[in-house]
Amino acid sequence: MAGLLLSPTEKVYILHGVQDDYRIDGRSNIDYRHMELETDVVSHASGSARLRLANTDILVGVKTEIDVPNPDKPGLGKLEFFVDCSANATPEFEGRGGEQLATTISNMMQKAYHSSQAFDLKQLCIFEGKQCWKLYIDILILECGGNLCDAVSLAVKAALFNTSIPFVKAALMDGGNVDLQLSDDPYDSKLLNVGSAPLLVTLCKIGDKCVVDPSAEEESCSVISLVVGVTGNSKFYCNQEEANTLPNIEAKCSTIGLNGPGSVAPQTLKAAINQGLVAAKSLDEALGKALLRERQENIGSKKHSYGFLK
Amino acid sequence: MPGPDLLSSQGLRLDGRRPNELRRIRCKLGVFTQPDGSAYLEQGNTKVLAAVYGPHQASKSKLSTEGVVVNCQYSMATFSTGERKNRPRGDRKSQEMSMHLRQALTAAIKTELYPRSQIDIYVEVLQADGGAYCACVNAATLALTEAGIPLRAYVCASSASMATAPEPLLDVGHVEEAAGGLVLTVAAMPTTGKIALLEMSHRLHMDYFDIVLSRAMQGCRDIEIILDRAVRDHLAEGWTKDDVTAV
Repeated sequence: MAGLLLSPTEKVYILHGVQDDYRIDGRSNIDYRHMELETDVVSHASGSARLRLANTDILVGVKTEIDVPNPDKPGLGKLEFFVDCSANATPEFEGRGGEQLATTISNMMQKAYHSSQAFDLKQLCIFEGKQCWKLYIDILILECGGNLCDAVSLAVKAALFNTSIPFVKAALMDGGNVDLQLSDDPYDSKLLNVGSAPLLVTLCKIGDKCVVDPSAEEESCSVISLVVGVTGNSKFYCNQEEANTLPNIEAKCSTIGLNGPGSVAPQTLKAAINQGLVAAKSLDEALGKALLRERQENIGSKKHSYGFLK
Repeated sequence: MPGPDLLSSQGLRLDGRRPNELRRIRCKLGVFTQPDGSAYLEQGNTKVLAAVYGPHQASKSKLSTEGVVVNCQYSMATFSTGERKNRPRGDRKSQEMSMHLRQALTAAIKTELYPRSQIDIYVEVLQADGGAYCACVNAATLALTEAGIPLRAYVCASSASMATAPEPLLDVGHVEEAAGGLVLTVAAMPTTGKIALLEMSHRLHMDYFDIVLSRAMQGCRDIEIILDRAVRDHLAEGWTKDDVTAV
């Protein structure tokens, strides 16, 4: 991104290290960097999350609005992604400079959440055919340190987990129009079922091997990277008793994308996808544990918000 | 006319402040590693992030041999306001705010030191609850300090409202702003006592001008003390008592 210049020798060094499963910061090919996550950082939004993955900083806000459902999908709600690359990350994003990257990421997210097995839009329905909830998921990229897609998908899942939709108390039918009355009580709301929401895993092909969670330097060494969207497991997002009642569902791939000027052989592709599935499963489990712990800590007591102050 | 609710009979505002009290300010310098200087500032419920890149080579179109070119961008996150904002920047208000920022900060930066160079200042409003411009100027000052760019003095901005005559209200929040009445925004350098930017939203009788302006200037002086404290604390971080002689 901003001013990243690597000499050919440094690139060769990274390449050789990856072949031996040893990266420049000491990780193995399947290790993720240190992550910090906090939810409920923006009070104006219905749900929000901030994720810091080493240098990469993502802030997600979810806003809810009542909308008319699609005529060919009357029982489903709507989901809209908007990515904004802030100029804080690099001066190249000033004005409309970051628009291309933003569209790529938002399209990737839209595709990942498209399947009903990834995110069930039925939970956003209020009145079939007449009214439904529309969620605006706004992603703000504050700093780029490599591996944007993973960080964005993690932050979006955390923000959706944090989102609360107000209850509909009454609905008046006035001819063809429906007039809804929403509950004013901020605690009188329902949470969304996001256990199966997909997580994107980026696999960067450096030499012959694929690495997970590439840093900015490693991204500049690779010619092609693969992004796999894998649905989550609801069992990780509820406590033990509820988890036992849920059926065992296998993780599914909801989207695959290739980025970069190079090409990849089919065998490498298959191996990389399997690697991605394994990585996504452990990411999902870790995220579920962290979110449940945060929710547990905040029951009853007022949350001490750190935001950007820590 | 704005209702009497803005100032109760006991002299308390809607959020419990006195008319001459600022909202709680919390800030942190050095939030990001990529920019040369960055800062996060909270003024009540208004939260802003500022990042500074520079001085670096100026783009050909903006080059100036007389001094450094200050390039500002004011951007609001789509989830920052109560109603979702469709475009973060590029609309008229954001461009106007960017120009105001540029004016206030150019007055403080020692521009003659870096001819043919450019300083980029990017401000992102994460949550807007009134006084977003003032918070941006304050955050930008902190970010410039962290980037090591020489300043003539701290630039602090504060707003004052005359909705409840004869007592002006300092540091208005969103509800007080929306209730109507005049809002005067001042960006000043309290050390030198000079005003870099002054903006007024409605009309005001000249009899009241002095008291509103002096209240806003007092707000700027109070903010300067807070910002100075924050900068000194940031610099003293990691040093033991033996290392510090006088910070």
